[in-house]
Order: sequence, then structure tokens, then C-alpha cells
Amino acid sequence: MKSVSEFFSMGGYALYVWGSFGVTALLMIIEPILVHQRRKAVLQRISRLIRIKSEQNS
Amino acid sequence: MVNIYKFASPATFYPVAGKIARVSTWIAVLLLAVGLYMSFFVAPTDYKQGEGYRIIFIHVPAAWMSMFIYVVMAFWAGVGLVFNTRLSSMMAQALAPTGAIMTFIALWTGAFWGKPMWGAWWVWDARLTSELILFFLYIGFIALQGAIDDTRRADRAGAVLLLVGVVNIPIIYFSVKWWNTLHQGASVSIKNGSAMSTIMLQTMLIMTFAFWAYSIAVALYRVRSIILEREKDARWVSELPEIRR
Repeated sequence: MKSVSEFFSMGGYALYVWGSFGVTALLMIIEPILVHQRRKAVLQRISRLIRIKSEQNS
Repeated sequence: MVNIYKFASPATFYPVAGKIARVSTWIAVLLLAVGLYMSFFVAPTDYKQGEGYRIIFIHVPAAWMSMFIYVVMAFWAGVGLVFNTRLSSMMAQALAPTGAIMTFIALWTGAFWGKPMWGAWWVWDARLTSELILFFLYIGFIALQGAIDDTRRADRAGAVLLLVGVVNIPIIYFSVKWWNTLHQGASVSIKNGSAMSTIMLQTMLIMTFAFWAYSIAVALYRVRSIILEREKDARWVSELPEIRR
């Protein structure tokens, strides 16, 4: 196998290869986090709505 | 006969979406691990482009997904427009951010591939320009839906925009044939098979399925939130175990 530094230099294309894979990885990590946060927010909002409703009824 | 209308109800689709999303997540993680390993350690160095060609393993899958997601979105939006089914409009809405991200990845990796190979980050070539228009269609759809408060009207307006924009998809696909472009022609086609080496093609296909599974998972997790947001007053929502009382 090639050396580690040789691998990361990508035959002189390091900026282009890692610039592509890096940004793609970043986006594919951020998107699921945002989706998860949206779910947490909506669950909290509905819980609050239900609590308010039950307080009004009692 | 299985009642397909049953799954058109948000209440029945909500748990099903969760199950499919969970399975898709595992498939995506597995395929990404295999695909990335093959992209860097198995696929050989290209005789013309050296290591620089490895960008293809995300560029092509992202570009394919950007077009495919748009078609699926337009399909669901069309179904929502004609049959007035709430869930199909929610599906269209859930797919939009993922489609926009895939389009962005295709453009971004294209720029990072174009610079070393063509000498330019960007050229106003038919393929690149029509893909950029696709990106604006996604952004336009998201902005339009966000700008209209009445959900029904937002769904209808969004659907019309998506259906008109479908014209752009064949333009993107055939642009390399119809015009003289800097962008290379299709390496993989139904008629001519593949012009790539088998191992490169296999790697690209594995990455494509990985992006596919990823998109399904993210879109279905997102549609679950959209269902909850829109159905928040429904009784079944208040009875969900994940809602804390």
C-alpha cells in the first residue's frame, strides 16, 4: 500500500478531490442533524400545545 | 387486494415512513462505507486524469439523484394537485431540501473537477447552466412554499412550479448531445452500455445506491416532521408515544 502522505496528496489533486469529498461529507452530516432538530422542535411544540389544552379543560 | 388508499392517510404512513427510513439509514451507511473504500482503495488510478478522476464517484451519483429526486417530487406534486391528497404534497415538500443539496453537490464537485481538467471552475455550458437552473427551481419551490401561509394554496402553487420545471430535466440529460458542450458525454447509457472499466462502474453504482438510500432516509424522516406539523391538532398525533404529556 502507498504511504499515508502519498494517499492524501492524491497525485497532486488533493485540493480538488478533498474539496469535493469534504464538502459532500459535510452536507450529508449537517442535513440529518437539521432533520433531527426539526423533529425535536415539532415534538416539543405539540407536547406544549397538549399541556396548554389540558390545563384549559381542567 | 391491498388497500393502497390506506397508506395515503398520514396517520398510517407516519409509522411506515419511520420503519422504511430506519432500514434505509442502515443501507446508506453500509453502502457508503463500501463505496468510499472502493473509491479510494480499490478503483485504479485513471490513465488520463490520475487520482483527480475519483471525484466522479460522488459527482455522477449526486447529479443523477438531483434529476431523479426532481422527477419524483414533480410526480407527487402532480398527484397532490389532481387528487388533492395531502400526503403526496407533503412528500414533495420533504424531498425538496435533499434535492437541492444533491444539485449543489453536483455543481460543487463539478467545479472542483472542472478546474484541474478544463482549467475553469465554471463555464456557461449547456449542461452546467441547465443544472444551475435545476438548483434555482429547487430553491424557488422551497421559497414559494415558505412564502404562502395557506398550506393548500402553497401546495398548489408549488406543484405548478414543479410541473412546469420538469421541462428542464430532459434538457439537462440530453444537453451534452444537443449542444456542443465542454462537459463530456454520458459514460454510461442504456443503449451503449458503459465506457468505463468494470471496477470503476461498480464503485459508481454502489455510491449511487448509497446516495439513493441516504435520500430516502432523510426525506422520510423529514416527512414525519411535516406530517406532525400539519396534523398537530389530530387525535392520533396527541396519542403518539413520542409526545410527552
